[in-house]
Amino acid sequence: MPTFNSEEVARLAALARIDLTPDELTKFAGELEVIAHAVEKVSELATADVPATSHPIPLTNVYREDVVSDVVDRDAVLASAPASQDGKFLVPQILGEEA
Amino acid sequence: MSAESTNLTRTTAAGLADLLTAGDVSAVEVAQAHLDRIAEVDGAVHAFLHVDAADTLAQASAVDAARAAGTPLHHLAGVPIAVKDVVVTRGTPTTAGSRILEGWIPPYDATLVEKLRAAGLPMLGKTNMDEFAMGSSTEHSGYGPTHNPWDLTRIPGGSGGGSAAALAAFEAPLSIGTDTGGSIRQPAAVTGTVGVKPTYGSVSRYGLIALASSLDQAGPCARTVLDAALLHEVIGGHDPRDSTSLPQAATGYADAARLGGTGDLAGVRVGVVKELAGEGYQREVSEAFARSVRDLEAAGAEVVEVSCPSFEAALAAYYLILPAEASSNLAKFDGMRFGLRVEPSEGPVTAERVMAATRGQGFGAEVKRRIILGTYALSAGYYDAYYGSAQKVRTLIQRDFTAAYDQVDVLVSPTAPTTAFKLGEKLDDPLAMYLNDVATIPANLAGVPGISVPNGLDDAGLPIGIQVLAPARADERLYRVGAALEHHYQASQGAILDRIPEVAR
Repeated sequence: MPTFNSEEVARLAALARIDLTPDELTKFAGELEVIAHAVEKVSELATADVPATSHPIPLTNVYREDVVSDVVDRDAVLASAPASQDGKFLVPQILGEEA
Repeated sequence: MSAESTNLTRTTAAGLADLLTAGDVSAVEVAQAHLDRIAEVDGAVHAFLHVDAADTLAQASAVDAARAAGTPLHHLAGVPIAVKDVVVTRGTPTTAGSRILEGWIPPYDATLVEKLRAAGLPMLGKTNMDEFAMGSSTEHSGYGPTHNPWDLTRIPGGSGGGSAAALAAFEAPLSIGTDTGGSIRQPAAVTGTVGVKPTYGSVSRYGLIALASSLDQAGPCARTVLDAALLHEVIGGHDPRDSTSLPQAATGYADAARLGGTGDLAGVRVGVVKELAGEGYQREVSEAFARSVRDLEAAGAEVVEVSCPSFEAALAAYYLILPAEASSNLAKFDGMRFGLRVEPSEGPVTAERVMAATRGQGFGAEVKRRIILGTYALSAGYYDAYYGSAQKVRTLIQRDFTAAYDQVDVLVSPTAPTTAFKLGEKLDDPLAMYLNDVATIPANLAGVPGISVPNGLDDAGLPIGIQVLAPARADERLYRVGAALEHHYQASQGAILDRIPEVAR
């Protein structure tokens, strides 16, 4: 694993859409370096002949009846939204600043 | 509090159910006794994030009215319950311990909550937890930690510290937890209570605020093994709204607990996991475990040592898989549809920048750490080496369990390596905090069920727990062996919670 310096943490935080303070960048870099080192041992055991498991108990062909159910009330949903208008979520501009 | 209401808060769920059925006490009286106890001690314990006494009493009153009208009721109807705040509850604030969801009122109920309501268990409130269930101490709650009722300066375990502390402080006879890497079992161990992580898929995940979808499992928390079994039967079973829900009915657990409660385990084969012992385990924890193993042998069980060599990499695999899944699941907290929205202090107010500002302010440090780690594990160039390798380790751990269960019916280990540590002691050392779950994590990676049962006190008088693990879909074995362990411990030492000091206020 590469070194977790604060630039790497900043790059990942930008990908994850989390604003971090300069103090957080420094602190997390040190902590993540320790954690990353500790989890490295997985690559020692994971040889090519071992298949990957994504799910503990695989189920196949999970179907249910194709009927309308569990309709959540729109007003109840919007009541807890940060902002709404005309029965819809009201959000900031989603395109660039020229919009 | 009156002597009578003290008695009600000390009574087991099964005992309360009998009193309610016999008409010796009303559901309103039972609920009021617990609400009074919460008012009395929760300022010091802080097990609850939200209590609405009027709502609880209205639910209890409805049970009393139904009983008076002769309506057939579930046996647990009128027995109150506390619900972990990661479980969505219609009309009741749900935060998962995060400031980013402060004040959010869910518009629907989780399936397990629907089942609790249908069975008539009045909800006392929502319990405190590490933010989004990330932690082993509740210190990562956005609303301040829960204090262990055994010693208020110590952690109650986590992430479900509130659900465990509420039981130990006699604020609730039953509670709901969720266990992604030990969040039901480890809090049970350090509070002297019982906690069960069912087989993955035994209890619906519909309406749980997801942490790691392939690991999360809700389950029952109680003060006795029988009470946990009774609650598991209420909340378990197939749910078409969760595609990972198992088709089997959740039955036979209470019968298994009653069978185990006779203390007889003749013919049961028990494996002691070699890798979950030794270095890193507190001396008294190891001693209590050895005594429990002797109890198992005295009960007629055949005890052998088994080796699960891949368990040593379980913690490493877990801290790649969990952050990877969490970083994806928590992407929904974007400041658009629910919870907090924070606008950037300068520059253009775009959705992307609002999302980053919201998450920067709304998430605590542990959530940020794990999302960044997960983003890293999933990013191009590292995916195969880390996330892919972790998934292979998961296969190896499943193979270890399969091989072990070819030899034995259940596995046992200490639940946690130590008893409750001091609040603040491990807060600045994430890796030390993660090591609390070293014995509980393998079960989540393999989807197998586990229970923690109290089995001793350390030299400082703090509780210790033993873990029993069973094969997938054989949860009844947990209840049988767990109840036998409880029976033999109590036969020589009495009920562990009889020794808890009164909560200092």
